[in-house]
Amino acid sequence: MTVMSYRDAVRGAIREAMQSDPRVFLMGEDVGHYGGCYAVSKGLLEEFGPERIRDTPLSESGFTGAGIGAAMGGLRPIVEIMTCNFSLLALDQIMNNAATIRHMSGGQFNVPVVIRMATGGGRQLGAQHSHSLEGWYAHIPGIRVLAPGTVADAGGMLAPALDDPDPVLIFENALLYNDTADVDWPASVDIDHAAVRREGTDISLITYGGSLGKTLAAADQLAAEGISAEVLDLRVLRPLDEDAILATVARTRRCVIVDEGWQSGSISAEIMARIIEKGFWYLDAPLARVCSKEVPIPYAHHLEEAALPSITGIVEACRAVLGR
Amino acid sequence: MPSLGSDMEAGILVEWMKQQGEKVSRGDIIAVVETDKGAIEVEVFEDGTLAELLVQPGEKVPVGTPLARITGPKDTASTERRHASAPAPTPAVPMPTVSSVQGAEAAIQPPTVTTLAEGSRATPAARLLASERGIDLALVKGTGPDGSIVRRDIEEAAPRAATVPDLEPMRRAIAAAMSRAKRDIPHYYLGHSFDVSQAVQWLDAYNAAHPPQERLLLGALTLKAVALALKDFPEFNGFYGPDGFVPASAIHIGTAIAMRGGGLAAPAIHNTDTLTLAELMERLRDLIGRVRKGGFRSSEISDPTITVSSLGDRGVDMLLPIIYPPQVAIIGFGSVAPRAWAIEDAVAVRPVLTATLAADHRASDGHRGALLLRRIGGLLDTPEDL
Repeated sequence: MTVMSYRDAVRGAIREAMQSDPRVFLMGEDVGHYGGCYAVSKGLLEEFGPERIRDTPLSESGFTGAGIGAAMGGLRPIVEIMTCNFSLLALDQIMNNAATIRHMSGGQFNVPVVIRMATGGGRQLGAQHSHSLEGWYAHIPGIRVLAPGTVADAGGMLAPALDDPDPVLIFENALLYNDTADVDWPASVDIDHAAVRREGTDISLITYGGSLGKTLAAADQLAAEGISAEVLDLRVLRPLDEDAILATVARTRRCVIVDEGWQSGSISAEIMARIIEKGFWYLDAPLARVCSKEVPIPYAHHLEEAALPSITGIVEACRAVLGR
Repeated sequence: MPSLGSDMEAGILVEWMKQQGEKVSRGDIIAVVETDKGAIEVEVFEDGTLAELLVQPGEKVPVGTPLARITGPKDTASTERRHASAPAPTPAVPMPTVSSVQGAEAAIQPPTVTTLAEGSRATPAARLLASERGIDLALVKGTGPDGSIVRRDIEEAAPRAATVPDLEPMRRAIAAAMSRAKRDIPHYYLGHSFDVSQAVQWLDAYNAAHPPQERLLLGALTLKAVALALKDFPEFNGFYGPDGFVPASAIHIGTAIAMRGGGLAAPAIHNTDTLTLAELMERLRDLIGRVRKGGFRSSEISDPTITVSSLGDRGVDMLLPIIYPPQVAIIGFGSVAPRAWAIEDAVAVRPVLTATLAADHRASDGHRGALLLRRIGGLLDTPEDL
């Protein structure tokens, strides 16, 4: 067991991938000399050199496209986009190229690219740096969308993502980089299944990524009130682990979904729809959601706090569902 | 699923009397359904072929659900069209095949019927369990948010439901209908006693001339007298609905018959006024026999336009009956007993019968009710004309 931070785990995973496979390289804005804007790649330029740790211009569409081309040509690129807010410049490359080429070429070309990006708010960086857009990407067939919410997943998801012959997007909530945990290293996890992080009998809390910690804290508070909450960490937003979702709802018959994304047309809406479609007769209460308020995430600290899901908000939603 | 009473919401198909593909014609008994009132035979109202059975024996479905599809004798196109526009039957919602959910949970079926009052709430899980355990949601008190019925409420209701005797559905049906009558219908009551020596003498003579199986009971005469009298008193023969009183176009007298094991039913003798006394007696015998076995037909139970209740053979002088909604009148006959009867200035012993009328004051007034009772008495004075 090793005590390490979420940031260390991501860096460790990149280092091991580069050590074990010469086709792997990292590129993105400030990943080299600056060490990454979240210091994830600090020290890697010195270790692996400028050929494999490549600083790029401020051109998300350009370098993401380059990564897709490199993947088609046989390399295993890790593309880092500073935040998901900027990834919209590369959305054309991700959706029209990465996600489609295997299908449009009749299987002749795979695109084994991994695109990492930071997501989420809570750091007073303003609306253009604070949104959670992973739910949008989960809409797109042809890609896999991962949301590591634990240190072990942060360290363990990269290797299977690189092994996947199709594009994989990894959303790292920026508030998690300083989280530390005692983990088995090297971390070994799958990128197919959701995980029950806490077992319970009264209500299921379904969440992922940056909201996992808040949700577990809310479950602790609920336990003190005699409410036994189960916490399901989705881990994979596409394809959704529908069996795990339906199984937890079948156990507890009540469900609150916690998602830092906006709720309209969101991944939380999709989860609710699947529960209604396939788990309707399990339900002993209406479903509920705790999402970000439907505003551009504010800069002012108190407004930003009010806009994002909170532990108190989750606890209150659970009480309402249970009628307590 | 036909409505076999104003308070019926659902019925269980017990068995099909015809097979798929068999030809059926109007009046055939095609199925037996179980309701709160007992097992009832369902007639078909069309000629054709039983093309498709849509409900399987044992299924409980709401009133109005198509039970089968009948294709007409002529064009199949019209029946296809009818089928396409008919309201969809209770959808067979497929359940998820969740591999990680073990045991009975994985095999659960959606409930096919609920009996919850409008405005009340029950969760899907509560409805499902209630359906599995045969618990009427309307009788469960909800303890969930906003008074909603949750699964725990059904779990706790279960032991009570298990101790209820078999008679309960019938008792409940009677309770519901009679409570509704007493709550909604402003009853007025009239009573009239009359000398029935003419009828009794005529009956004795008639019966002496006929073999036992053809003999008449006084009940046949009173039924016929009521039917004939009603022709001139349409405000007592019909239904009171949302739009007020609507007189019926025919006279179908419901006859209250006690059932074995308790409870009662009042199925109709159709077009009572057009039957001869012999025909009426035959229908009455047939009906009593079938009701005691619990096997009356759908049209018999849903069609009565007025009810007659005779408790004479129980030895009571008179009864004050309760109207069976949405009917607007019920006539009761007590026993025929020898009484001291004043005739002009002398007293004689005569067979006397007391008839009572309970009528809905929204549809008629006491003046007309009194005339109706007098007319019945008058008709019994000339039994040869009945």
